[in-house]
Amino acid sequence: MSQSLSELLKSALGDAISQVTVFRDEVTLHVPRERIIEVLTHLRDVQQFNMLTDETCVDYYPREPRFGILYQLYSIPRNIRVRVKVMLSEYDASIPSAVPVYRNANWLEREIYDLFGIHFEGHPDLRRILLPMDYQGHPLRKEVPVTVEENAFSFNRARIDATKPYATE
Amino acid sequence: MAIAEPPIRIEDAPLNAVRVDDVQLDITLEQLKKLVSPRALTGETMLLNMGPQHPSTHGVLRLLLELDGETIVSCIPDIGYLHTGIEKTAEGKTYLKVIPLTDRTDYLAPMSNNLAFCGAVEKLVGIEVPIRAQYLRVILMELTRMNSHLVWLGTHALDIGAMSVFLYCMREREMILDIYEAVSGARMMSSYIRPGGLWRDVPAHFPQLVQRVLDVFPGRILEYEKLLKENPLWKERTVGIGKISAEDAIAWGMTGPCLRGSGVNYDVRKAQPYSSYDHFDFSVPLGSNGDVYDRYKCRMEEFNQSLKIIRQAMKRLPPGPVMTDDRKVAPPPKHEIAYSMESLIHHFKLWTEGFRAPEGEVYFAVESGKGEYGVLLSGDGSPKPRRVHFRAPSFHNLQPLSEISKGALLADIVAIIGSIDIVLGDVDR
Amino acid sequence: MGLEQKLGDMGIVTTSLEKAVNWARSNAIWPMLFGLACCAIEMMSTQASRYDLSRFGMELMRASPRQSDLMIVAGRVSRKMAPVLRNLYDQMPDPKWVIAMGDCASCGGVFNNYAIVQGVDEIVPVDVYVAGCPPRPETLIDGIMKLQEKIKHEPLKKWQ
Repeated sequence: MSQSLSELLKSALGDAISQVTVFRDEVTLHVPRERIIEVLTHLRDVQQFNMLTDETCVDYYPREPRFGILYQLYSIPRNIRVRVKVMLSEYDASIPSAVPVYRNANWLEREIYDLFGIHFEGHPDLRRILLPMDYQGHPLRKEVPVTVEENAFSFNRARIDATKPYATE
Repeated sequence: MAIAEPPIRIEDAPLNAVRVDDVQLDITLEQLKKLVSPRALTGETMLLNMGPQHPSTHGVLRLLLELDGETIVSCIPDIGYLHTGIEKTAEGKTYLKVIPLTDRTDYLAPMSNNLAFCGAVEKLVGIEVPIRAQYLRVILMELTRMNSHLVWLGTHALDIGAMSVFLYCMREREMILDIYEAVSGARMMSSYIRPGGLWRDVPAHFPQLVQRVLDVFPGRILEYEKLLKENPLWKERTVGIGKISAEDAIAWGMTGPCLRGSGVNYDVRKAQPYSSYDHFDFSVPLGSNGDVYDRYKCRMEEFNQSLKIIRQAMKRLPPGPVMTDDRKVAPPPKHEIAYSMESLIHHFKLWTEGFRAPEGEVYFAVESGKGEYGVLLSGDGSPKPRRVHFRAPSFHNLQPLSEISKGALLADIVAIIGSIDIVLGDVDR
Repeated sequence: MGLEQKLGDMGIVTTSLEKAVNWARSNAIWPMLFGLACCAIEMMSTQASRYDLSRFGMELMRASPRQSDLMIVAGRVSRKMAPVLRNLYDQMPDPKWVIAMGDCASCGGVFNNYAIVQGVDEIVPVDVYVAGCPPRPETLIDGIMKLQEKIKHEPLKKWQ
């Protein structure tokens, strides 16, 4: 099933896809950044992948290129899923926006911009979405530590009071 | 956008840049002006802030409404007031310890989230789940769907002004929470579904508890319908309000009853069955108009379908283990730990270090009460995930709100938010 | 209840003003209708059919902070929500009390990360911490009754 799908897409898209991998019965198309809009448009119009289920970013630190943008597509008429993957370098983290092809990429790309700092060219409204407007940095990058507070559990009241910024009236 | 770039200093910022105290934001005033129509800038239309503390926004959703009289010109949702960083915290935990975090994304349907995550882990590691565990998962999933829909019905009716429905729904919800408590020990945050099966087998009085739900519910559903279905006040507020066409709903990525209310037959349980949903006979209720009333009718019919599935699963519930015997992910049985040193060490290792998952990405979706709840899981060969991304149905269902509400009245926005059934924990994660 | 002396059969009760005021305050707390996350659902359950909080004189949830005495911080407080929460607290008229419901509001809970305030007591002063993730309705009722006890022993001077 997934083997035949990958063969089909490989022949249909030609050199627009650099590589096709099948892992756990899921097809992933690796696409260079320049041709992503072309590939997505083809998948939507010709291959009937009419729903963008999900779009997200994975930080493959310390590999280079570091960021992978994943588009998870689903076709309601054909009942199949496919994933499109674009790798981006840390020093040139920008990619054409998918909003002209799939409308619901709008908030998904704002979320990726917010959490990873990937720039989407041609996005209609690229602002932070989840974090406060004055937040500095992009927290889901791997260099940001997971935890913020050490010794979260202590029964030593004096120690807690010394470090914790309590509110006043 | 690279990290190597030095931060922009205040002096160098463009003149129309937005500043909050002394922090330079990377947006400009022009960008913010684009969100509203030019009439708002001259004062012809009114800008109204709704939320984040507002009783009908179902949590901490903030809406910026541009009003012409009482008609909505544009509606700008502002989310993130409940952003919890669950995806980041999950990167620092072993696979088993991520499960309690998934409970807290869509906190009205914790079991669906557990199953979505565990399904993704099972797919990534390659684990087979025993058939009894699959059937029990189906029963619990359908109870979870009813739990989610009951809170939706109660709060949606409360927003529109039917107070008694809320009290009835919360009364019935307690019966489902009793089952949660019996199986997992917790009322809401169950963490009961684990990679490879279930935490433990269900207690002996589980069938009686489920039977009570099966006996009581059909009458209660009729009671709600008597209060609402043909109620002229209810129909006045819901019929023809908040319409969305099938094409638009697909293009916006809506799933669940919001999509099916527009007449699109897409249900993950039918399209790509998981956890042996294909063993059961049920139908997917569809609407036709895509308005608030059709979404209401779809969800009410889903109550009956859920009961039908539970009835079949209870009747055919097979005996057997509820956890896989693959010792890579499953802990050794308790009696074995008592006399076998290896089992004790294995148990300890499994709970402290966790099991390793191979490198690669998988996507696993379940049909939760709100729509397609997917988990995109990226493993890196270590016991901790490289990235966990939750495909939250509420996030996608909320996005077209600005389009659905265009031209509606201010009072309708409350009905529309209620009908798309958002949970802010799910939207913001 | 603070009844100290009864004069003759005329039905006159004498007590200190402090006790009378605190008695009135503690039995008519109006909480603010303000839910954040999972705990808000348990707060709804507390008010709804089975647990029925109105038995304790605090069923009247007010949507406006101007009319409420008690803020139940039900759920995790994100850094984006923190200024809003403080703003709501500042709008409440004195005397006012705060219950931190659940682990996230009390200490950050499991979410020790960039997005969550590690305990709402960093933003507003908290009177009662209710443990649990989420606390059962009985636990919340217990927390509210602890607050009633606390109010009964508060000096009147505090809220001048």
